[in-house]
Amino acid sequence: MTDDLERLKTDTLAALSEASDLRAWDAIRVGVLGKSGSLTTMLKELGRAAPEERKARGAALNVLKGELSAAIDGRQATLEAAALEARLQTERLDVSLPPQPRAQGLIHPISRTMEEMAAIFGAMGFAIGEGPDIEDDWRNFGALNIPAHHSAREDMDTFYVPPGEGETRRRVLRTHTSPMQVRSMLTRELPFRVIVPGRTYRADHDATHSPMFHQCEGLVLGRDITLAHLKGCLIDFLRAFFGVADLPVRFRSSYFPFTEPSMEVDIGWSRKTGEIGGGTDWLEILGSGMVQPKVLANCGIDPREWQGFAFGMGIERVTMLKYGIPDLRPFYESDLRWLRHYGFNPLAPVMLHEGV
Amino acid sequence: MKFTLSWLRTHLETGATLETITETLTRIGLELEGVEDRGAALAPFRIVHVIEAVQHPNADRLRACKVDTGDGIVSVVCGAPNARTGMKAVLGSPGAFVPGLGITLKVGEIRGVKSEGMMCSYRELGLGEDHEGIIDLPDDAPVGMSYAAYAGLDDPVIEISVTPNRGDALSVRGVARDLAAAGVGTLRPFAPEPVVGAFASPLGWVTRSEVCPWVLGRVVRNVKNGPSPGWLQARLTSIGLRPINALVDITNFFTIDLGRPLHVFDADKISGSTLTFRPGAGESFRALNGKDYTVRAEDCVIADAAGVQSLAGVIGGEATGCDEHTTRVFIECAYFDPVRIALSGRHHGVASDARSRFERGIDAQLMPSALDAATRMVMELCGGEPGALAEAGAEPGWRRTATLRFARVAGLGGIDVAPDDQIDALERLGFTVASRDDAGVTVTVPAWRNDVAAGTPLEPYAQLAPAVLAAVTEGARVIEPETDLIEEILRLRGLDSIPPVSLPVDHAIPQATLTPAQARRALARRVLAGAGMAECVTFSFLPQATAALFGHAPASLTLGNPIASDLDQMRPTAVATLAMAAARNAARGTGAVALFEIGPHFVGSSEDAQPMRAAGLRAGVPVRHWNGAGAPTAMGAKADALSVLAALGVPMDALSVTTDAPGFYHPGQSGQVRQGPRTVLATFGALHPRVLAALDLPGPAVAFEIHLDAIPDPKRRKKSLPDLPAFQPVTRDFAFVVDAATPAETVLRAARGAERNLIAGVSLFDVYEGDKLEPGRKSLGIEVVLQPRERTLTDAEIETVSAKVVSAVAKATGGVLR
Repeated sequence: MTDDLERLKTDTLAALSEASDLRAWDAIRVGVLGKSGSLTTMLKELGRAAPEERKARGAALNVLKGELSAAIDGRQATLEAAALEARLQTERLDVSLPPQPRAQGLIHPISRTMEEMAAIFGAMGFAIGEGPDIEDDWRNFGALNIPAHHSAREDMDTFYVPPGEGETRRRVLRTHTSPMQVRSMLTRELPFRVIVPGRTYRADHDATHSPMFHQCEGLVLGRDITLAHLKGCLIDFLRAFFGVADLPVRFRSSYFPFTEPSMEVDIGWSRKTGEIGGGTDWLEILGSGMVQPKVLANCGIDPREWQGFAFGMGIERVTMLKYGIPDLRPFYESDLRWLRHYGFNPLAPVMLHEGV
Repeated sequence: MKFTLSWLRTHLETGATLETITETLTRIGLELEGVEDRGAALAPFRIVHVIEAVQHPNADRLRACKVDTGDGIVSVVCGAPNARTGMKAVLGSPGAFVPGLGITLKVGEIRGVKSEGMMCSYRELGLGEDHEGIIDLPDDAPVGMSYAAYAGLDDPVIEISVTPNRGDALSVRGVARDLAAAGVGTLRPFAPEPVVGAFASPLGWVTRSEVCPWVLGRVVRNVKNGPSPGWLQARLTSIGLRPINALVDITNFFTIDLGRPLHVFDADKISGSTLTFRPGAGESFRALNGKDYTVRAEDCVIADAAGVQSLAGVIGGEATGCDEHTTRVFIECAYFDPVRIALSGRHHGVASDARSRFERGIDAQLMPSALDAATRMVMELCGGEPGALAEAGAEPGWRRTATLRFARVAGLGGIDVAPDDQIDALERLGFTVASRDDAGVTVTVPAWRNDVAAGTPLEPYAQLAPAVLAAVTEGARVIEPETDLIEEILRLRGLDSIPPVSLPVDHAIPQATLTPAQARRALARRVLAGAGMAECVTFSFLPQATAALFGHAPASLTLGNPIASDLDQMRPTAVATLAMAAARNAARGTGAVALFEIGPHFVGSSEDAQPMRAAGLRAGVPVRHWNGAGAPTAMGAKADALSVLAALGVPMDALSVTTDAPGFYHPGQSGQVRQGPRTVLATFGALHPRVLAALDLPGPAVAFEIHLDAIPDPKRRKKSLPDLPAFQPVTRDFAFVVDAATPAETVLRAARGAERNLIAGVSLFDVYEGDKLEPGRKSLGIEVVLQPRERTLTDAEIETVSAKVVSAVAKATGGVLR
């Protein structure tokens, strides 16, 4: 290599190692490889060299160009890394800062239980019915074999609103979801299975009663639905709902005007610990029975051809039991602290395949 | 219904334990409410003989006693002033729990003297307030005997709840009969010796009311009324009844014992010689409870020559009642129409033991023997001689039959029961076989079972076709009595004996359970909760004034009998109850709240005027945050509403907003989201300052209401192919100066429509009103996105589209480029 090339190489490498920032580096790059850089000039002047020298010098220049380019690129990478490092040193965030809170919404426990009921009964082939909170007297009472003088009517502490247009009897806030049995029988095609979760109202207000609460009605009608199906269906539901595969369930004779035979259903639990399925105590959980023949007849269904069962349960009651909620009244108070404590994640809806 | 075990045993011969009896009661539908067994708590306390009681050597006030327990002599230190040598007392031994003190006894040493138990006062045993000294029993009290047994406290009180259909079980005898039928013992016979009258009845009955078809009575003269004997008083006291005097106690006894309410008149207080059952005529009389009642034509009264003396079947009168001076008693034993008694009792608000039995129906056949039994007890306890029977009317027709097809027990009950066993169960309950063949049996219903084959009328749907009505009426006539009998057979066996069968499934994989409207609601719930709002369940009723504040408080939605004056009107919107909830949270110091509810809204009381809607509310200033925290705005409420509509598949491009939101919103900061000119899908806005002030709700507060029922069902069809152009979109900004009242939506819509093929989107990035514009004008900055589809746009094409945008906005709003 000729001296001038050797010198250029030495000078350039020395300058590069001294370049402490990209600006200095760029000046070197332009001075060597730029349009009028020293190496570029040497390449341009190659044509003027003697023909016999030209070949050797050309080869030497190319080698030098490769070497210097690599050195320049290498220095660039080093300087850029150093510059980035320096910048990062200045970009500091106090990671202990509290972030902007993302509002957490939630589903009310009553809705949750209704969804769970829909999922479990849905798997048994039930549809979900719904109907008005303000009912007529006939659907709430008369059609259900509760005549005007019946003591059950007195027990229910009914709320009234004035008669509707063209009506003589006061309308009622439904005292149970059972009027939906009547509506189902008048409109659904037989056979059918339906549950009806909804609001109900009774004039009762103390620590364990609310003037508004929720029930879930159930009605199954067919040609050969028996009391054995009633028991099977409710046992299946209760075991799935409470998640206790061997939950003890007891059926006791009772009386409701709109079913016969009628029965109360108890589940096993421990009064002391509240554990469902544990202990030796019984807890009344719902009422049920075979649909009273007169109720079928009142709704235009011949009890000689069709039969079935009905049941009704308190939604708050089973919710309180399942989740260990001690008091009834906070359900309706919308105290955000209570809602946050007992509410459910909207992104984890009830799905049988995820477990109820 | 309360009774004691020993009382039950007067009707039921049984060796069954208390536990067997109570378990059986619950199983057969006479649900056990509780057993009060005072004897159990006192079991460790026994009668002892104090052989020696001497001064304690080291304590002035104590005595050192030697006590014979019957099992040996023990040393007991006692502080009672009445402890003395030779007395009979009650001792609790070590290990016994003393109910009145709440402690368990231990062997102790008191100042050097051993004490192996404690002699107790009445108060210490929980038997009263007497604490003057230890219990001091008569000399003949047997040493070593359980005190509870000695004092008759070992008779458990059983309380059952009797369902409204079982009037017969409102009697000790009725309960005994059911238990005997269920296999717990044998029913003892009841056959009082008939009474023969010694003289003609000085009093007679007349019944002129259909409420009382039959009445019997008997005078007993020369009676001596006074306190009833101890056994009767104890029996009444044990079930919570107050003994009054022998004659009255006898009537109360038979009410409970036989379920046969009776009434006793003091014959000398009756004016004239006739007692008449007749409709009331607006008179008033004073009843035995000291209250005055005014009787109506619907009521049945018992009147003498002086006027109304009793509200028949419900409550007797004070004027003719028996007291310690009574020497001639007239015993009334009547049958009443259950429905009429129920209505009278309810109207007058009297809940008497008599009424609760008459309104369920009593045993008509029992009347003569019940009167005999009562007369005999009067003679036994009060002496005297009986007169002849006084009677009016005739025994009402209670005889009827019911037919059961044997196969139906399995067909309805789901369990096979042999025909002979079916009949056996019915016979044990008092039914008698009238006829039987291979397929079924017809039985006669006993007089006390007014609930079986009662044949009460239907209340059919008013619009049933005549042929349907005839068929179902006949169906009920046949099936109901049969069902009554099946119920009896199953009840006695216990429903637990029926093997459960899961419902057969129609589909291996369940069909969709929710209707589209229900699924929509479920999704809306998740969307709103996902937006950070807490779901609430608030009352459907609220104060009328609050309903009015929210614009709708019609009389048709006012409760006639609210439970409280602040729960007297059905809510027009859940925004109202959510605002109340937000105010309560604010009062508790909760900062910002975001609440929503999906539930009924009440427009009217008819079936179609109670729509299900979603309502939400954001209120309060959020906790300050170093990175900034936004207060709720009307636009936020709009975004909440729109996010739900979008999630529910509403085509968003077709929506418009009008400024006619309901009056509970701020009039200048609220709107209605419409689909087409008629359908309102949602309302939103800031709440009116007047609403905030009235509810004590600190602002800012914004709300929305989504009319879920107005959203059309989504169409189930395949999605169209996605629009994925290959060319990069171009954006152009415009600023238009328009009249300040011009809705931004008009400008956006005009720009969007200027060239549908090229303009893919228009967004508003700036709104300016201020110094740089003349008053009454505003500037709207919009960005228009042009989406080329076949090739890159030329400058000329972009200019053309821009010109179209400018002219479209100018045409729609008069706006000019700024």
